[in-house]
Amino acid sequence: MIIDLPSTTTSQLNKKLVELRERGGAVALGRVLTLVIAAEDDDQLEEAIDAANEASREHPSRVIVVAKGARTAAPRIDGQIRIGGDAGASEVIVLRLYGPLASQGQSAVVPLLLPDAPIVTWWPGGGPKAPSKDPLGELAQRRITDSAADKNPIRALQARARSYTDGDTDLAWTRLTNWRAQLVSALDLPPYERITGASVTGEADSPSTELLAGWLAEYLKVPVKRIKTTSAQGIVSVSLDRPSGPIELHRPDGRTGTLTQPGQPTRRIALQRRDNRDCLIEELRRLDPDEIYEAALQGLGKLSTPRKKTSTASAASAGRKKAASAKAKA
Amino acid sequence: MTRNWTNPLRDPRDKRLPRIAGPSSLVIFGVTGDLSRKKLMPAIYDLAHRGLLPAGFSLIGFARREWEDQDFGEQVHDAVAEHARTPFRESVWNRLAEGIRFVQGSFDDDDAFDRLAQTVRDLDTERGTGGNTAFYLSIPPWAFPVVTKQLARCGLAESSEDVWRRVVIEKPFGHDLASAKELNAIVNDVFPEESVFRIDHYLGKETVQNILALRFANQMFEPIWNANYVDHVQITMAEDIGLGGRAGYYDGIGAARDVIQNHLLQLLALTAMEEPVSFDPKALRSEKVKVLGATRAVGPLDETTARGQYSGGWQGGKKVPGLLQEGGFSKDSTTETYAAVTLEVQNRRWAGVPFYVRTGKRLGRRVTEVAVVFKRAPHLPFDSTSTEELGQNALVIRVQPDEGVTMRFGSKVPGTTMEVRDVTMDFGYGHAFTETSPEAYERLILDVLLGEPSLFPVNEEVELSWQILDPVLEHWAKGGSPEPYQPGSWGPPSAERMLERSGRHWRRP
Repeated sequence: MIIDLPSTTTSQLNKKLVELRERGGAVALGRVLTLVIAAEDDDQLEEAIDAANEASREHPSRVIVVAKGARTAAPRIDGQIRIGGDAGASEVIVLRLYGPLASQGQSAVVPLLLPDAPIVTWWPGGGPKAPSKDPLGELAQRRITDSAADKNPIRALQARARSYTDGDTDLAWTRLTNWRAQLVSALDLPPYERITGASVTGEADSPSTELLAGWLAEYLKVPVKRIKTTSAQGIVSVSLDRPSGPIELHRPDGRTGTLTQPGQPTRRIALQRRDNRDCLIEELRRLDPDEIYEAALQGLGKLSTPRKKTSTASAASAGRKKAASAKAKA
Repeated sequence: MTRNWTNPLRDPRDKRLPRIAGPSSLVIFGVTGDLSRKKLMPAIYDLAHRGLLPAGFSLIGFARREWEDQDFGEQVHDAVAEHARTPFRESVWNRLAEGIRFVQGSFDDDDAFDRLAQTVRDLDTERGTGGNTAFYLSIPPWAFPVVTKQLARCGLAESSEDVWRRVVIEKPFGHDLASAKELNAIVNDVFPEESVFRIDHYLGKETVQNILALRFANQMFEPIWNANYVDHVQITMAEDIGLGGRAGYYDGIGAARDVIQNHLLQLLALTAMEEPVSFDPKALRSEKVKVLGATRAVGPLDETTARGQYSGGWQGGKKVPGLLQEGGFSKDSTTETYAAVTLEVQNRRWAGVPFYVRTGKRLGRRVTEVAVVFKRAPHLPFDSTSTEELGQNALVIRVQPDEGVTMRFGSKVPGTTMEVRDVTMDFGYGHAFTETSPEAYERLILDVLLGEPSLFPVNEEVELSWQILDPVLEHWAKGGSPEPYQPGSWGPPSAERMLERSGRHWRRP
């Protein structure tokens, strides 16, 4: 059910929510968190709401969408409440803010927050440079950005590394979890040898590749080479050097990875790129500070970039301009 | 070597990383069975889909059918497509399918087991399973001695420092104390106890594990979790279906052996045990063993137990046959389909608190729950008329279906008079967490591969459970036929009388 409340106030919205609960039974009773989506009022908005609805099946939540509309219009809130089939296991409140209100999102959000439940703010598009300083970020225990969706992903990531505060996280980091899990379990096997060096290959503007390299640099305490390529999207391969030979995890097609280790047969691993829904579910699973992400951000400063690029660099820059955000996702 | 090595990439704070099992393979005996098709294979796919199986994981089926690897692969594929919880994804399936093998043979066929051993070795070189192998015996207990001996003969049962071999067995774990000991001896003869994983799928359920979280992670329940405040505890596992088609397994076994001995006594142990020192498997088990060791059936058994057998009649708009009319059961079968027992836990915490445990087929509806019923408030500062409708407070852990926790307490009825009536407060797992919580088998299979034994009862627990139940079973064996009860009811009249004697009554779940 979708209920439109044009040109409304938050107290009218709240009244409507209570009324809906009394009329229709349990809404907002078992909600475990409030998810605030801060976005522009554009065509990608629905996509983000869909991902949140899907995620709500694992994490029932109240979703408050703060959509910034035209800044030049007269100040006004257009509200919309979605429940039941249109909202997954959540209830969605869409606030379209116009005029000067567009930059005052927090004032509209605060009255609608669930009591006690933690708050998570997600910027599905380009987010603030310092999420914890943003008014909508300040409300939240956890702040989810997506560097890959930024116009300049690498610069966005570096800015976030400088402004890191406990509770920050980035979907570029979430997309890495499967890679990291495979690498960690590869090191659980013999031969138990020290790692002497590492290299990470991936697209030039893939923040996930940067983070993976940063994580390795921080934890292995060895020089990590960051190699840029255009042969495939996102992360392409990782290699960890050891005296008996390197461990290599290679994913040329964005779907299946190949793991080679000396003394072990080559193994193929399903390593498909994860969609936003998957990543969001993982993000909402834990709300405490992610120390490992912090360490990976610190590691960014330790990377070395060799001069020569593998494969055709010139064809790359032409292709890169198109669909920058979509293809930078690991 | 292993001990000196610390994986530089592992960080205990890294909670994102899933617990992926190490290189390993799983051998299933009895792959053609229902359990294997409906539960095991889908669970393996779901684990693969969630990325929790190691690269190179292999699945070997062993059965008498004349199948090739591909035929078996097809069987798994169909089972997965039909029963898996997570969506079917071609890339996941292809990786899994690469590791599927089939070995044809019967249990007394030496040659077949030699081929099995060869297959395990081949998989190590081809796919790097490291030789680590779990054997899932989804077969009747009479076949255990043959199969375990065969495994030992082929050297498949031997673990070493680098290679583990584990065996997974399903209930029934014997039919009384003596047979359970015998069975344990047979299995332990080949596999040391730490390599034996006894599956009680109830323990893999989220709600059951939540009993521990509820009790030991909160401040508000544990202080009243004792004989000072608790009046009695009711543990119920009811099913609405009959036993058509299960005569071979069930006739002569009965409800108490089938359900009380394992599932319900494990639920009792988790409900009544003391706080473990830590959540490591050893500490948890020692508390469970302690509480089971203190548990006895209360006598006189004629008055404190009830057994019944469903008769024919109407249930839920359908005419259903009684047990004696079900195909495969003998016409004078004395197998009980309803069993209720009064137990007590003889320690300071629970002295004088009866634990009523019941289970049955063809009851009102399918439900499993643990209800902790509290004593009445010692003094009620109200008129007696205003609390007439007030019952006893209760905390109900709903294990299945509709998993969650219910609390019952008195509340004022709106209006000008002071009148107090029972209300319920509800926590539903489906509301607060995922609607797709992992299947019990997923969790348990993963735990076997990880070698994490907390959720598996050890032989001592099994033997103690029989020790609790044996006197009741012996008493019943002398007593002739069980009392008939209507299908769709909540058991025979003797079950009601059993509680009425002490002024209590069964909760309607």
